[in-house]
Amino acid sequence: MEKFTVHTGHALPLRRSNVDTDQIIPAEYLKRISRHGFEDALFAAWRKDPDFILNNSDYADVSILIAGPDFGTGSSREHAVWALQDYGFKVVLSSRFADIFRGNSGKIGLLTAVVDEAVIEQLWAIVEADPQAEVTVDLPSREVRVGDLVASFDVDDYTAWRLIEGLDDIGLTLRHEELITEFEANRPAWLPTTR
Amino acid sequence: MAKTLAEKVWDAHVVRRVEGEPDLLYIDLHLTHEVTSPQAFDGLRGAGRPVRRPDLTLSTEDHNVPTFDIDKPIADPISRAQVEALRINADEFGVPIFSLGNIEQGIVHVVGPQLGLTQPGMTVVCGDSHTSTHGAFGALAFGIGTSEVEHVLATQTLPLKPFKTMAIEIEGTLPDGVTSKDIILAVIAKIGTGGGQGYVLEYRGEAIRALSMEARMTVCNMSIEAGARAGLIAPDQITFDYLEGREHAPKGADWDAAVEYWKTLVTDDDATFDAVVTLDASTLSPFVTWGTNPGQGLPLSASVPSPDDARDENERVSIERALEYMGLTAGTPMKEIAVDTVFIGSCTNGRIEDLREAAAVFDGRQVAETVTAIVVPGSVRVRLQAEAEGLDKIFTAAGVEWRNAGCSMCLAMNADKVAPGKRSASTSNRNFEGRQGPGSRTHLVSPQVAAATAVAGHLASPADLVASNA
Ligand code: SF4
Repeated sequence: MEKFTVHTGHALPLRRSNVDTDQIIPAEYLKRISRHGFEDALFAAWRKDPDFILNNSDYADVSILIAGPDFGTGSSREHAVWALQDYGFKVVLSSRFADIFRGNSGKIGLLTAVVDEAVIEQLWAIVEADPQAEVTVDLPSREVRVGDLVASFDVDDYTAWRLIEGLDDIGLTLRHEELITEFEANRPAWLPTTR
Repeated sequence: MAKTLAEKVWDAHVVRRVEGEPDLLYIDLHLTHEVTSPQAFDGLRGAGRPVRRPDLTLSTEDHNVPTFDIDKPIADPISRAQVEALRINADEFGVPIFSLGNIEQGIVHVVGPQLGLTQPGMTVVCGDSHTSTHGAFGALAFGIGTSEVEHVLATQTLPLKPFKTMAIEIEGTLPDGVTSKDIILAVIAKIGTGGGQGYVLEYRGEAIRALSMEARMTVCNMSIEAGARAGLIAPDQITFDYLEGREHAPKGADWDAAVEYWKTLVTDDDATFDAVVTLDASTLSPFVTWGTNPGQGLPLSASVPSPDDARDENERVSIERALEYMGLTAGTPMKEIAVDTVFIGSCTNGRIEDLREAAAVFDGRQVAETVTAIVVPGSVRVRLQAEAEGLDKIFTAAGVEWRNAGCSMCLAMNADKVAPGKRSASTSNRNFEGRQGPGSRTHLVSPQVAAATAVAGHLASPADLVASNA
């Protein structure tokens, strides 16, 4: 996975709360068996509405999503993260994320940064007034900056380290394989197997 | 140190604990299905990694499979490709699989428990958020994303940060005609779709203890709809009785050893939860959702809420949007809302008890002319059991379609969909926009309310049918 340190780009103000993963990517797209090419699926139902913000050409090259509270609720589908990434998003800012979505994001390099609701409102106002505003998300210093606004965001240390180093999960765990083998040797005999 | 049940199960599975890092937890059972696994197997293949413990892994076909004409090839090419990919992956990596046509096929969360694979104190994961269902056995069971699926396949472990614990105390006894589905809908309406975020919920109290295993599964199933990672219930005699004799349950001396351990799986008296929510079961009545998230629910006797009832601006907008999507007017009595489609099934309410309860309502009655109703058993075993009891005859005599096992109309991934703009009463777990098909409008209900609604043609409880027949 790609390393993430400082990202600067244009931002999309998504004035909606409780955006569940069915809205981020409708179930019909989950049937694909590849890992890439989900950009068309992102917010597919909403994009049918010509007034939906993602259809506004002022926001054609966005890479930072500014969302309302409780982003990513609902189904655990990781396709939601792929769709956001395939579309070009590197960061989602919200005052609250659903746990599974957040977990999925951190593991594959999409930064979910938690900021105060008041900051979200300020950011919305800025990028609505000027879609070309350059927004910088600085992971090492945990800051989001645009114009005069400097606000801190939250991300847990472990996820931040992983993102900055670009580390893959499985490789990390397999460094401790002897501990797994040891644990397996001590599991009770009655535990079921699927065979 | 005094511990809650969830903490006991967690601590018993820590492979590696280092300050400042997530715990590495061992996974006892990994369930997979065709939707969230192909990319995970792809990842393994790309990295040249094997499945570490195929004997702790199981695949079922459920989300995409048709529920009629199951002897024909799956019509939808993408569905067929996913199912075929699962078969190829299971074969290549040595994972046992229950394919369409196998007697053990069914919805992953119905299959695990009925085989006795889900047992108290285990860690169970699946690339599906309703894995919380298995918590009914006192297992720590939760949904994971596809990259975690790949991680578990490769290592049989997961790095996880501890959850907070929340007690959901349901005291008192349930009134007649009120079910476990009503309990959980009421809990979600009370704490909200984000109320359980970061928590493992432990359902406790007299009303929970009185529930059967199947009813407990319905409660735990929907923990995720309150935002919780998992929900569980301490195992007791009801749990042990359900498990004894099942195919994968321990036998003989192993059974005794297991039960002895399982009896220790209770929250210690002096343990503390990070949060406590209480509900009095005797105040509950049949519950139904009116909006587009499972927290937007009300007693069936209430009326559609108004945006003016909102506590803040966000909620006002959300109510307004939901009413518009659902095509509802504030103030309409819920019982006057006419439905077009009734779906009884899913991992929430597709078990034999659910079908029995629905059949009891349909017995001697007819589905309203304006309604299409289908009953979809959660597994082939449930289907066969229902047929042995003659439930299928009751359904078909009432004008209800009797289908084969699968997720069916719970989500719009197979041929079973609610038509655009149509309204359904559904025993499933999600009423999100488009969940049952583009433009579909979903009201979540219990099997009894679903059956009564099918007969009445509008949202109704069995008691309403009796009243109008008299
Ligand atoms: S029945 Fe519905 S909720 Fe359950 S596993 Fe299938 S799609 Fe998911």
